[in-house]
Amino acid sequence: MSGVALFAHQFRYDQKAFWRNPASVFFTVMFPVILLLIFATVFGDQTVEVRGGIKTTAYYVPAIITLSVISATMQSLAMSLVIAREDGRLKRGRGTPMPAWVFISGRIGNSAVVALLMLALIAAIGRVLYGVAIPWGQLPEIVLTLLVGAAAFCCLGIALTAAIPSQDAAAPIVNALLLPLYFLSGVFIPDDQLPSGVIHFADFFPIRHFFEAFFAVYDPGNAGASMQWGQLAIVAIWGVAGLLISIRRFRWTPRGG
Amino acid sequence: MADPVISVRGLRKSYGELEAVRGIDLEVQAGEVFAFLGPNGAGKTTTVEILEGYRKRNGGEVTVLGEDPEHGDRGWRERIGMVLQSCRLDPYLTVRESLALYAGYYRAPRPVDEVIELVGLASKADARTGSLSGGQQRRLDVGMALVGDPELLFLDEPTTGFDPSARRQAWETIAGLRDLGKTVFLTTHYMDEAQHLADRVTIIARGAIVASGTPADLGQRESLPTTISYRLDGEDVAFETRTPVAALHELTGRAVEQGLELEGLEVTRPNLEDIYLSLTEEQAE
Repeated sequence: MSGVALFAHQFRYDQKAFWRNPASVFFTVMFPVILLLIFATVFGDQTVEVRGGIKTTAYYVPAIITLSVISATMQSLAMSLVIAREDGRLKRGRGTPMPAWVFISGRIGNSAVVALLMLALIAAIGRVLYGVAIPWGQLPEIVLTLLVGAAAFCCLGIALTAAIPSQDAAAPIVNALLLPLYFLSGVFIPDDQLPSGVIHFADFFPIRHFFEAFFAVYDPGNAGASMQWGQLAIVAIWGVAGLLISIRRFRWTPRGG
Repeated sequence: MADPVISVRGLRKSYGELEAVRGIDLEVQAGEVFAFLGPNGAGKTTTVEILEGYRKRNGGEVTVLGEDPEHGDRGWRERIGMVLQSCRLDPYLTVRESLALYAGYYRAPRPVDEVIELVGLASKADARTGSLSGGQQRRLDVGMALVGDPELLFLDEPTTGFDPSARRQAWETIAGLRDLGKTVFLTTHYMDEAQHLADRVTIIARGAIVASGTPADLGQRESLPTTISYRLDGEDVAFETRTPVAALHELTGRAVEQGLELEGLEVTRPNLEDIYLSLTEEQAE
């Protein structure tokens, strides 16, 4: 098989395994939807001051898409790769003629497709339930921003596996990293309610910058906004750091025995 | 004779201070089932992982299918299949899908349905692997190793932790590999498994080879002492002898003279399990 055919082959089975796994479907697909419904119900009638007085729901739609992308990439990859590593599947795969990149790219392809799907799903729910307009005119900028973020967070997810010693440790470590950063980066709480010190702290990490970049091109009140290259550059630097760590530290063999 | 499929000379491997493999020699010929037998921690898995290309060695020469496993390329991997000591397959794929996924990695795979038949999982072909019993999962493991139609198969402790019926099933599958003309390198810590499946057995203990041969002549069973035991006046008596016929004649002669009955009189030859234990224990001391 050619490289493309090998990738397509791997991708097809990764998709099957993803959609049949209740945990991956719940945390990657259902959980962001539930969060959007909760936030919209609780804070729905308020407005967000610093963003030019937009409705809270218009704030949460891009915020939850940001979370969905990180969840489909960094979180999903870190979890599923650690599970496959500790189950011995990565080691076994290395014993076949399949090149390593096929395995990794199949997973990355899976993450990218799920991230795009979540963009469509959350945007549609936002439009139908809360009347949050879908900025069709900005679609190229939205997709490009999303893909840069997805690539960077995939690299970070693969890098993170090096710090996770066992299957049991995967969920606590991933959540302990991501959940506080979602709060501090304004994904869960509109940033007009966060102290500026918190925002400065979050500015060090990539989630805040990805959110800013994505919000700028998605915000319906911001028609004609161009790509936020500065913000994306910081996200990309984190991604490259993740890539370098992955190349040096990624393991194919189980760590537990 | 054709070149051996596996040839090992003076293989050494250390982990820090610990010498896991201390200069072993091995040769495996095409088409044979070779058992590498030893207790836990003897160096079996280290050796097999070096042969599979997963580990680097500290010394010695190793050739597997004409190549050094440390530099095994894609073409080399096409020719070997392996069952790892522990590997859980993706529980959300079915038996057929798991095999089809792996078949896609090889240039000339064996047809998936044929492999399913071969490992006796036809009735489970569309079941998810997570729902299989331990014995069925192991047979699928063997199927995954077979689907690329390799010349050489590595099976690392394929029945450890199995109940007797699951082990029996796995044995049948492994015995079937011989009929396919595959060369099989099997590691195990069960003497009966080696005896049942292998053409040749090599025993390793503490990183060194202590015995090698066919299961029948392993450990020179013929030359080992025979044990004679009986009960006399409520006391157990047992002794070892290399001339059991004469010893028995003398013993029973005296008993008949004195009108004694020797309760529970037994003459026992050491079985393979005893030989294995004595070989691996001697080494441990």
